[in-house]
Amino acid sequence: MQKEYQTITEISGPLVYAEVDEPVGYDEIVEIETPDGDTRRGQVLESTSDFVAIQVFEGTEGIDRNSSVRFLGETLQMKLTEDLLGRVLSGSGEPIDGGPEIEPDEERPIVGEAINPYSREYPEEFIQTGVSAIDGMNTLVRGQKLPIFSGSGLPHNDLALQIARQATVPEEEEGEDDEGSEFAVIFGAMGITQEEANEFMDDFERTGALERSVVFMNLADDPAVERTVTPRLALTTAEYLAFEKDYHVLVILTDMTNYCEALREIGAAREEVPGRRGYPGYMYTDLAQLYERAGRIEGKEGSVTQIPILTMPGDDDTHPIPDLTGYITEGQIYVDRDLNSQGIEPPIYVLPSLSRLMDDGIGEGLTRKDHADVSDQMYAAYAEGEDLRDLVNIVGREALSERDNKYLDFADDFETEFVQQGFRTNRSIDETLDLGWELLSQLPKEELNRIDEELIEEKYVEDEGETVEAEE
Amino acid sequence: MSQATESDVREDGQIESVSGPVVTATDLDAKMNDVVYVGHEGLMGEVIEIEGNITTIQVYEETSAVSPGEPVESTGAPLSVDLGPGMLDAIYDGVQRPLDVLEEKMGSAFLDRGVDAPGIDLEKTWEFNPEVSEGDEVGPNDVVGIVPETPSIDHKVMVPPDYEGGDVVDVKSGNYTVEDTIVELDNGEEIKMRQEWPVRSQRPADEKQTPDTPLVSGQRILDGLFPLAKGGTAAIPGPFGSGKTVTQHQLAKWADADIVVYVGCGERGNEMTEVIEDFPELEDPTTGNALMDRTCLIANTSNMPVAARESCVYTGITIAEYFRDMGYDVALMADSTSRWAEAMREISSRLEEMPGEEGYPAYLAARLSEFYERAGYFQNINGTEGSVSVIGAVSPPGGDFSEPVTQNTLRIVKTFWALDADLAERRHFPAINWNESYSLYRDQLDPWFEDNVAADWADQRQWAIDTLDEEDELQEIVQLVGKDALPEDQQLTLEVARYLREAWLQQDAFHDVDTYCEPEKTYAILGAIKTFNDEAFEALEAGVPVEEITAVDAISQLNRIGVQEEWEEYVAELEDDIAEQIRGLY
Ligand SMILES: Nc1ncnc2c1ncn2[C@@H]1O[C@H](COP(=O)(O)OP(=O)(O)OP(=O)(O)O)[C@@H](O)[C@H]1O
Ligand SMILES: [Mg+2]
Repeated sequence: MQKEYQTITEISGPLVYAEVDEPVGYDEIVEIETPDGDTRRGQVLESTSDFVAIQVFEGTEGIDRNSSVRFLGETLQMKLTEDLLGRVLSGSGEPIDGGPEIEPDEERPIVGEAINPYSREYPEEFIQTGVSAIDGMNTLVRGQKLPIFSGSGLPHNDLALQIARQATVPEEEEGEDDEGSEFAVIFGAMGITQEEANEFMDDFERTGALERSVVFMNLADDPAVERTVTPRLALTTAEYLAFEKDYHVLVILTDMTNYCEALREIGAAREEVPGRRGYPGYMYTDLAQLYERAGRIEGKEGSVTQIPILTMPGDDDTHPIPDLTGYITEGQIYVDRDLNSQGIEPPIYVLPSLSRLMDDGIGEGLTRKDHADVSDQMYAAYAEGEDLRDLVNIVGREALSERDNKYLDFADDFETEFVQQGFRTNRSIDETLDLGWELLSQLPKEELNRIDEELIEEKYVEDEGETVEAEE
Repeated sequence: MSQATESDVREDGQIESVSGPVVTATDLDAKMNDVVYVGHEGLMGEVIEIEGNITTIQVYEETSAVSPGEPVESTGAPLSVDLGPGMLDAIYDGVQRPLDVLEEKMGSAFLDRGVDAPGIDLEKTWEFNPEVSEGDEVGPNDVVGIVPETPSIDHKVMVPPDYEGGDVVDVKSGNYTVEDTIVELDNGEEIKMRQEWPVRSQRPADEKQTPDTPLVSGQRILDGLFPLAKGGTAAIPGPFGSGKTVTQHQLAKWADADIVVYVGCGERGNEMTEVIEDFPELEDPTTGNALMDRTCLIANTSNMPVAARESCVYTGITIAEYFRDMGYDVALMADSTSRWAEAMREISSRLEEMPGEEGYPAYLAARLSEFYERAGYFQNINGTEGSVSVIGAVSPPGGDFSEPVTQNTLRIVKTFWALDADLAERRHFPAINWNESYSLYRDQLDPWFEDNVAADWADQRQWAIDTLDEEDELQEIVQLVGKDALPEDQQLTLEVARYLREAWLQQDAFHDVDTYCEPEKTYAILGAIKTFNDEAFEALEAGVPVEEITAVDAISQLNRIGVQEEWEEYVAELEDDIAEQIRGLY
């Protein structure tokens, strides 16, 4: 049933328009063959009874009116098998690691169907990343979508790798529970540089992580439109491994900014009415269709956890890419330029960071019963210290009260001792929280008004508090 | 969604083009807003434009692989909801398809397409207890009987509003399905437990009245400073992560409404799951029954089809109006109205309509006000009184309130709870900015609070507002010279204001006790802070240095009242301690 046409009427940016005389399905896959025998794949963006608009993934260079157009009668599918683990694929899902062809157990449309909200299970299993600023202050749970908001030139990749390397669910270490659910990483790269790609691949190979990973690589010099497909291939694979094969899958998508640029390019080529700053008005919906593919499903062992990475243009979080992302994801982790230049590793800025699923994922039986209080108190104290920094610049430390000075010290120590830990240090949640108590104990007990009094009695590190008092 | 419509499905049109959720068809014999079934799979859609022989349809399901030439059928009826027993405790998508039924029918956790299901179970039987007897005359919306639907709610079976009414000639009593006729009138009209109503039209009511009763929320900053009236409208705008959803959830949990309709419009799946998992276990503070017994959920999450996002708010408000007609106080939360507006924008741009501000269609303002107009405290046509309160979250891009959806909403609603990224960042929750927010209902609700809580409710609140205002002014100076440079009385005011913020305005939604605060407790906490204030200023006048006053042990206990279950005793003791300790200084 594959009818071939030589009816291209217009080529514009990534789009090709062709006349047809038989109906073509919306979203269907198209193959375009150039006169010199090159085959490009594309997808139907609009279908009418006499013409179709096609979005070409691999660039339109070399396509002319004489190119032939074939409609394959199906939407884009991902070839799925557990054997994908350990493989490196291109941004459109073809093996590029020199290994054998993929022999699929099944194929699934990459668009994916929405998870019925009724069928979801609320995520509340703590993932220990070994990073204090995350575990202690912005806890990640299985099935969450928690992006990293970063800027160009910042070490967001090191952080992502650290998380991928260190992530465990504590009880699993003890070998209880969860028979047979293994951990897998899906890495979807969109428009990253060869250098960044090497950084990831080297780390994967060195740590042996590649064996339990599937890598999709669309590099900076690969076609931009292909980037709209890459994350969908990655997420289709993730869903398959999670909900058919019981894996706990961590999906790292980088860089979502490049993905959004590709959307904008297609929108512009279609002469659509643009939304904010030229990005399509439907970008919220489009991004949601990716990010909402994280989660847990009632009755299924596996889970899909997403860590998308995006570089905020101009470090501006009101830019549509981080803004719309923040409206969809369940929190965000900020990587900060100032902290980075102070040498803090990882340079996570805790105040604007947030994990919305934290409240249900921590506490007695999950992490520790003092977790919520400690984290609340540290937030409040750090925020107060941060505020005072501006004032100190004007009036100097001497003009501040003793109370204020303690908060200033707290803010400094919080950054240099709690947030700072290095990309290779793996801290257990106990270590993280104990460290938190050490820092909080610099403040007088009465100041700890967000912590339960019994907990203060139990955990407050007395001697420090007392030496300070003795000095008075 | 209503589908038991008898109007026969006519085989007529043909698809002409497909572009995402927008499909055009030729030769379709349909009216504006008719429901149609598109393509071989029968995807549900709605007619949104008719131009010559071309009919434009917004499709409520994914359109992948649908192609020109496939058939389109019209049902000849507008998008309607099924109304009857079985809506409480339910969870629907944007066109009232029950998501639990869909899961079962599709045999999968993923939403397939082309599957339809009635909004209420057509086979289940309910116990119908008649309230009329043969010979009684009944008119539109009159109650003919009661179905004990959930432990909290008696479902009142009403004559459909578009019936003529007449004398009852036959009444049934006992167990029937929603499709059985339970009352017959002399003009031949048959009344069933189920009726239909088109979602885009308001259900008729007599008169809107000025609301004078608060929708008590159990949230201190709301009840205390910016109360909402039963039948009132409120907007909660705020950037991402500032607390819109948590506030909406708090209202859905603790507001003293009879019925809650919660519309998750284009937001997260997990947030709906949270409601489904939590609500059956939580107790309604007024009735003691499970919260789910009074709740109807509508979930059209961000990854579900965009056209159904456009319709979900209408589905929600129509259900709310139906319960209002029974004489109930209904609260509807829509999270987020911005996603609804964006859905309008997306469809409008596919129609190549002339864009207005920021690409939104020119009719944005009109649609928003039509929607909020459906809120109110009503005299119903059956003589009862009922209310629909509407609380809409708004998600302004970049957190900038000057954008069209926020601005057009603020022109309509009477309560404005402004969420603030800065407060959220320092974990001051609820992050409602007390300087920017307002409630135009405040004065008309004061008598209620004065009669039901405390005679000096309004005075006490005014004191809090004045103190917070003063703090705001003083903070500007502090930013320049530091706190210690201020005169002592101003330093003390800052300290009092700090407790107003920390002990009174802040409230932890996730703390078992603090999550709900009855107005009496709201008043008591404020009273305790006022006691501190009065004692402290007296001491200051007597010459006690401010550091000594603020160092008094008992004061920091103010921050702990919120989490006390036995707060009456706690507050009484604390006030004594504060007075004693401060007086001990001089
Ligand atoms: N009253 C509260 N008590 C405690 N924590 C709160 C409260 N309100 C908000 N929070 C915290 O703020 C987080 C974000 O709140 P919420 O999800 O309501 O934001 P939102 O405004 O709905 O964001 P979005 O627009 O992205 O949906 C919550 O996960 C919670 O941690
Ligand atoms: Mg929200």
